[in-house]
Amino acid sequence: MTLPDQLAEIREDFLGLEVRDRLQLLLEFANELPELPERYRDHPDLLERVEECQSPVYIFVEVDDASRVHMYATAPKEAPTTRGFASILAQGLSGLDAQELLAIPDDFPNTLGLTEAVSPLRIRGMTGMLARAKRQVRARLAA
Amino acid sequence: MSVEYDTSSRFADYAHPERLVSTEWLAEHLGTPGLVVVESDEDVLLYETGHIEGAVKIDWHTELNDPVARDYIDGAGFAALLGGKGISRDDTVVIYGDKNNWWAAYALWVFRLFGHEDVRLLDGGRAKWEAEGRAYTTEVPAREPVDYPIVERDDSGIRAFRDDVFEHLGKPLIDVRSPEEYSGERTSAPAYPEEGALRAGHIPTAKSVPWARAVAEDGGFKPLDELDAIYRGEAGLVDGDEIVAYCRIGERSSHTWFVLHYLLGFDNVRNYDGSWTEWGSAVRVPIARGSEPGTVPAK
Repeated sequence: MTLPDQLAEIREDFLGLEVRDRLQLLLEFANELPELPERYRDHPDLLERVEECQSPVYIFVEVDDASRVHMYATAPKEAPTTRGFASILAQGLSGLDAQELLAIPDDFPNTLGLTEAVSPLRIRGMTGMLARAKRQVRARLAA
Repeated sequence: MSVEYDTSSRFADYAHPERLVSTEWLAEHLGTPGLVVVESDEDVLLYETGHIEGAVKIDWHTELNDPVARDYIDGAGFAALLGGKGISRDDTVVIYGDKNNWWAAYALWVFRLFGHEDVRLLDGGRAKWEAEGRAYTTEVPAREPVDYPIVERDDSGIRAFRDDVFEHLGKPLIDVRSPEEYSGERTSAPAYPEEGALRAGHIPTAKSVPWARAVAEDGGFKPLDELDAIYRGEAGLVDGDEIVAYCRIGERSSHTWFVLHYLLGFDNVRNYDGSWTEWGSAVRVPIARGSEPGTVPAK
């Protein structure tokens, strides 16, 4: 199973760094998490809460007519780790074909070399986000 | 050499006012020789986004826990951790953090397991510091490593294990989790992941006093009379009581341990860090459900 290029690149970027520098890269991702598009800002009801995360984070996944995926997320600035996880997925998943996204291994978050830096417990939040993104994609495809 | 205490009147009523400093005090004392400021947060990246000038970071999960066994690091590990961060045995350590100092209190409790004498909390933590518009920096201080002595952890005074809790049944127990966790509707705090416990409910006879009830609106601790009304009044604690506090993994109950011991002056308070993730998964231990404490089980 090969990872989509954009996710493989993110993983290589993390694995190429010393453990403590991986936290800095995660922080850069956190800072890059884009604002929600306007159509979701006024519709919090459309967003799904990721219960696996300790901080309030919400995601929404769209599948367009060409079967391309777009993922949006919002998390408070007091929760940079969670923002970082959301940003990795927003950047790594957006633009993928829906089937490509569904084929991403569920344990992808554990392969980024972050478990040591942030602890396995915290990584679960990202695993939960990926699982929910996949479920939303399945639901959109079935709709 | 201890740095002078914060003698401001707002802490004067507490049993041990020397365990707290105010944001004003800290702002005035930053850079004082012998003072080390430590940030300890739930979010492992929050320190990197900005912290109090000169503060070093200690992460409860990746640094204070043993990486293999479910336990804290040992004396050698603690010495290496603190020495590496340039903290000496006789330094005054002021700890602060996010979530109303929930994790900061946990770190303070671990410091006390190793007998680090002068360790204090910044009343109100990050929230109060920020609300007052005080400055943060992203600059990580370059502190010279020092020799911190290897002191073995002493779990006897302020830490309780499962067997100790069995022995303790019949004496005051304080469950500091959310009402939903206490009653058994769920095993983790609302909005937190369900994890780590196979059964839900509480230890029989434990009184429910959610930890955050000790926190005032500004994120600091409530004044003594309000704390008395909650813990001596509602929860019925009386002087001389031996008390065990617990939560899910021992973090929130460290906060309550701090309140009971240092603010209210109970001398014999232990934190059961195995807490619900241990008790709620152990075989054949008594569990009570619902909103009532329940009765002492036959031993």
